[in-house]
Amino acid sequence: MDGIAGRTSALNWIVQISVVALVALWLFPTLGLLVSSFRTADQISGSGWWGALTASEQNLTLRTANPGDDGAQMLVDGVYSVQGQLFGDGSEAEISTWGTSSLRISEFAPGDTADLSDGETLTVQADGAYIWTSPTEMTGRGQRIFVTATTPPEFTLQNYDRVLFSGDSTDGMTRAFLNTLTVTIPATIIPIVIAAFAAYALAWMDFPGRALLIAAVVGLLVVPLQLALIPLLRLHLEIGIGKGYLGTWLAHTGFGLPLAIYLLRNYMVGLPRDIIENAKVDGATDFQIFTKIILPLSFPALASFAIFQFLWTWNDLLVAKVFLIDATGETTVMTNQIVELLGTRGGNWEILATAAFVSIAVPLAVFFAMQRYLVRGLLAGSVK
Amino acid sequence: MTIIIGVGGCVAYFYFSNQFLDKVLLPAKGANAGRNINRANLIRPWLFLFPAIFALGLYLAYPVVATLWYSVTDRNQGGAFVGFANYQRMMADPKFWEALRNNMLWLIIVPAASTAFGLLAAQLTDRIKWGAFAKSLIFMPMAISFVGASVIFKLIYDTRPVDQNQIGALNALWLQFDGGIGSFLILRLLPGALMICAAVLALFVAYTNAQTIREKGASAGSVLRIVLIAVMAYVIYATLGLAYGAFTNVHPYGEPQTWMTIPGWNSFLLMVVLIWIQTGFAMVILSAALRGIPEETIEAAIVDGANPFQVFFKIKMPQIAGTIVVVWTTITLVVLKVFDIVFAMTNGQWETQVLANYMFDKLFRASDWGVGSASAMVIMLLVSPILVWNVYNARKEMR
Repeated sequence: MDGIAGRTSALNWIVQISVVALVALWLFPTLGLLVSSFRTADQISGSGWWGALTASEQNLTLRTANPGDDGAQMLVDGVYSVQGQLFGDGSEAEISTWGTSSLRISEFAPGDTADLSDGETLTVQADGAYIWTSPTEMTGRGQRIFVTATTPPEFTLQNYDRVLFSGDSTDGMTRAFLNTLTVTIPATIIPIVIAAFAAYALAWMDFPGRALLIAAVVGLLVVPLQLALIPLLRLHLEIGIGKGYLGTWLAHTGFGLPLAIYLLRNYMVGLPRDIIENAKVDGATDFQIFTKIILPLSFPALASFAIFQFLWTWNDLLVAKVFLIDATGETTVMTNQIVELLGTRGGNWEILATAAFVSIAVPLAVFFAMQRYLVRGLLAGSVK
Repeated sequence: MTIIIGVGGCVAYFYFSNQFLDKVLLPAKGANAGRNINRANLIRPWLFLFPAIFALGLYLAYPVVATLWYSVTDRNQGGAFVGFANYQRMMADPKFWEALRNNMLWLIIVPAASTAFGLLAAQLTDRIKWGAFAKSLIFMPMAISFVGASVIFKLIYDTRPVDQNQIGALNALWLQFDGGIGSFLILRLLPGALMICAAVLALFVAYTNAQTIREKGASAGSVLRIVLIAVMAYVIYATLGLAYGAFTNVHPYGEPQTWMTIPGWNSFLLMVVLIWIQTGFAMVILSAALRGIPEETIEAAIVDGANPFQVFFKIKMPQIAGTIVVVWTTITLVVLKVFDIVFAMTNGQWETQVLANYMFDKLFRASDWGVGSASAMVIMLLVSPILVWNVYNARKEMR
């Protein structure tokens, strides 16, 4: 609409570039997490994730094969030698300098021969192949080698394997994933069912006090749920629900209801009056009108609230911490699991990044699949 | 299994209660058919509404009263009434004032920055072909949990010892600065200029409001305007102070910083997380509002020779002012309840405490229900103007 008076191409370019910059800035943090979740611990601590796509230079501490192992040592012409490869199979790392002491890690170039004590020598090639010789038989562990190597980009699925399938109680997310699902699905469906009936009553039934109830719903829309924590936890403990799924569902239902009723009522009020009156003339009861006519027609509004409530319950930490997670920790949810990982594994980014990405993958998938409804719901909820 | 019982029970209630009403209690046949139908129709709304009213009352209305009660009683004395003793104890706690001060900063910076970025993004993406795609990428953080976002940004703010490669993007960027001309431009001139711009903007807002008061004379609205002018005066003072600091502060170039432990910066860096999340929301709403502006007004302005900036500030801005207020208040509500980000990233250490986390701390770690409830009431108090405003608007609309 700005183009009516003609737009210079320079301005257009500025707009294009600014949008690219803005999108890049907004995408950068998430991309960092995604890339990090595919790297090994050494790679993550060796270089920033933005370097993961190009070859990176790293300082590594490696060890030759142990001379004491069977078959590691060969005797040729009176000289004992150990030969091998410093890197694993298929690695394309390239050594630029190396050394045998942690104080002088760049003492030698690839192909140089280092004199170790007692007449032993060590030669390391650029590709990691080495020969370690000695006039006498060698014993004990392998020789330590400090190398500065350029390693090509390398990605691994190891972290996901560990987080999803290892069954490890501290790192594993499988149980927390299932618990989160158990919380989320009923906590999404129950408020929709309750709110749909209430919204229908508020929109299409006549009874005294209707306006007051609508105002009350609008007021409750902004009540912070922080207020509810202590009174409700106490109530749950008194009536025997205690900490558990039932209490969590009820809490999520209560907190989600105002928005649900508000959104659905606003949508249902906008449905054509004729359809409903025709149905009444034809002898349909309110219950039939609701299930056969209103519910199918309200699908967009139902879907948009369902997405809100799903995202909100999936991403929730506070309600789960207060109403669900007890001392045994059996019912931990993913958000809580990640916070605990932040405490116990603050530096292990490969585990943290992977766990976090597992937890945000589902909402992201829902988001991209159902974005249309989400936007529509947002607009219905805020723009009047 | 538990899922099926939970959901099934809920559906069963509505179905069977309706059946009961129609078939057993007041059947629509026999001698009293007509009267029965009328009675059933009187009862049915409440049947539909009952679960909702029950849940709302129990989970939202009752807690407000109960929390108010807890905040004036002492749990250790068996729930005896102690008046404002809890509030006094809370006022005496420096951590509370720190939380309140930080919350005020959050309340100013996060909605302002999110709305500004959202407006910018909406305005820019509406002009290009791949705007919808760009929008959905900027909107994406909305789906990410606060905890997930905390992990994402913790990686960005990560610090390594000076002799190692920095893996946190912020420190890697920081180490690029060496105190040369580039550093002067980006670290001193740019923030300084931005702060001065903000001060000028605040001055402008205060000036226009003062003009309005002078023209219209004293009325009910002028109290609000005077409050606004006072806030703007403080903003001018603060931004000029920051601008002065931007030019005079001594920066420790070349040393990796542990960002989360630097008071002042750390709160701001936590706010960045929420701004990152909320900008998409602001963008979507504002973009819809921008598209809803009648084209005639813009055409007329362009015909009259307005440049793009004039079109934006003089034509578009006034027409979307209502939407901006809605976006602003919605983000304000989110900010008041912000808990997860602070809890996961610093847990309120290093002067980053906010009210919601302070409350959680008091309730569940110190088990001090009195002060915890008192601080919850402070949050409620801060929310209530928005509550009144919303109800007022909703009632106005229904008439």
